[in-house]
Amino acid sequence: MESALSQLSNVDEAKRAEWMELYERMLLIRRAEERLGKEAQAGNLPGGVHLYIGQEASGVGVCSVLEDTDFITSTHRGHGHFLAKGGDLKAMFAELWGKRTGICKGMGGSMHVADVSKGILGANGIVGGGIAIAAGAAMGIKVAGEKKVAVCLFGDGAANQGVLMESLNMSAVWSFPVIWVLENNGLSEFTITRKVTAGEFTDRARAVGLPTITVDGNDVLAVQAAMKEAVDRAKSGGGSTFIETLTYRIRGHLEAEDAFLGGYSYRTQDEIEVWKAPDKDPILRFAARLIQEGAATAEELEELDAQVIGQVDEAVRYALDSEDADPELVFDITFSGQRA
Amino acid sequence: MARQRYIQAINQVLLDEMERDKNIILFGEDVELAIFGDTREVFARFGPERVYNTPICENSLTGMAVGAAAAGRRVILHLMFGNFIYTGMDAIAHQMAKLRMMTGGQMNLPITVIAGYGGGRSLAAQHSDTPYPTLMNIGGVNVATPATPADAKGLLTTAIRGNNPTFFLEASGRGGDSGEVPDGDYLVPFGKAAVPREGQDVTICAIGTMVRPALKAARDLEEIGISAEVIDPRTLVPFDEDGIAASVSKTGRLVLVDEAKDRCGAASYIAGLMADRCFHALKAPIKRVTVPNVSMPYAGNAESAIFPNPEKIVATVLSIVNADQKSFA
Repeated sequence: MESALSQLSNVDEAKRAEWMELYERMLLIRRAEERLGKEAQAGNLPGGVHLYIGQEASGVGVCSVLEDTDFITSTHRGHGHFLAKGGDLKAMFAELWGKRTGICKGMGGSMHVADVSKGILGANGIVGGGIAIAAGAAMGIKVAGEKKVAVCLFGDGAANQGVLMESLNMSAVWSFPVIWVLENNGLSEFTITRKVTAGEFTDRARAVGLPTITVDGNDVLAVQAAMKEAVDRAKSGGGSTFIETLTYRIRGHLEAEDAFLGGYSYRTQDEIEVWKAPDKDPILRFAARLIQEGAATAEELEELDAQVIGQVDEAVRYALDSEDADPELVFDITFSGQRA
Repeated sequence: MARQRYIQAINQVLLDEMERDKNIILFGEDVELAIFGDTREVFARFGPERVYNTPICENSLTGMAVGAAAAGRRVILHLMFGNFIYTGMDAIAHQMAKLRMMTGGQMNLPITVIAGYGGGRSLAAQHSDTPYPTLMNIGGVNVATPATPADAKGLLTTAIRGNNPTFFLEASGRGGDSGEVPDGDYLVPFGKAAVPREGQDVTICAIGTMVRPALKAARDLEEIGISAEVIDPRTLVPFDEDGIAASVSKTGRLVLVDEAKDRCGAASYIAGLMADRCFHALKAPIKRVTVPNVSMPYAGNAESAIFPNPEKIVATVLSIVNADQKSFA
């Protein structure tokens, strides 16, 4: 108790506010995706969803040190990144419901949520699809001499795509301001990554001379610290960094997976339970830390949870009440100023 | 007007446009030494800050073009041979062609991809493809196939200043062809066919490299009293349906000349469109002179055997023009 109290004095108001923001952002992702999971399983969404549950600390830690003008590329599991980078929850839900108020006007859906005004160059349905885009964005930044970074968020499945070696090489050759964030959840869709992977991913980055950092991806502050180091390096002209955040995907590759795996699985329930436990789950862990360090009380966190759930409910209502997508739009927006 | 070679016209546009707009970057394999001649002096003039002579990794290069454009730059990507469009296809088909649509129109992707295409020089199957049917079918990228130095200038300028991904396909074997090129700013609008030769009896619609043999065929046909109109779509996406249809409605006959393979090629596509639009004006079946559905063999004689040429075009025209009914105006 005494140590907690002494630490309490160390958490000043600015830090407390920052930590609460990190916590709230993780919680928003969790509650939003729990709802999406339910809606998807009930057949209420037009398409499938790939949930980020269990990995929230990684995306939130990464995006917490970025500006709107910095770019991220994301994955097919991109809701978390979208919300972490400041994407609007209601616009994302409307997108998933296929509505014209959606962030992409209902033309992209779950796997393609993007908000260019926030630097979110899009979730991507192609595993590894964001890798070269991030390298190119960094090239564009460098050419213009801008003080920005491009962050490529990708998974261990994508890390086996050949395009990664190509882009790592160029990012090293030309000191591109790109930060490679490998969110290693151990799973490549329905396959244990270890079974199909030789060596360590970080060694592939070291092979081209990039500095690497491996962090506990379920510790939001550890991820944030690693990212700060990488962003400082990139923005001061020091080039690219490769960060590996070790984490775990609690939900399936996609919400419908039980329906077609026919009772088989690529992992055990025991393994999943280990990662859901309070010492592993990124949100439960950070909640305990906030309470322990006196940054919040259990009651305050419960109150926040209720608020966040209220926001999620409101976003669902917004999506349901919105007008359906405009089927003509695809012809007008495929090209700029030219009808397809 | 000044006489310029095809490849010089392209080179001049690259230099002029990069001078004009500092936001343009250019990258690709061996662009520094410019093996085709089209990027000559570009590296020396604009330096490594705006010109990246890249490693050989098309799969990343096409994606990087998208990223750099999304970050606000105007991008010219040189892919060398048209076949390497296939090696870089992932990001072309999945990102370049779709990102604007999938984001609800949030992004402009001002990307010009330059690649030389076509056979006829014993470069063998992996360096002789005509990949535009694949690009046409992807949807979401423009395709320009300039046949002359003037169109090379006008179409490339339009591509670079435009806001959409455009494949500018150079006629590989035509780099040395000369022609009159307009001075100063010269833009050729996309989706507007050119009629390099007017005629009454038959429309020969020829694409890119095929315009020259089509014009030769038209001259040969004239000698035997057949008046052939040659029309060049200049861009396949967007496509000047109205322009081609007007010509076909006038002549009542259509022969398509296309260096792509016949199956699902540009000629087959245009034949379908024109059968639909001009059915009542047609006096004869629409005919296609294309490359058969095989890859380009190496040996010169084997290559020429399957390549469209003026003789094949003349023979095909003769198969649908009834000499008794033609006009001798």
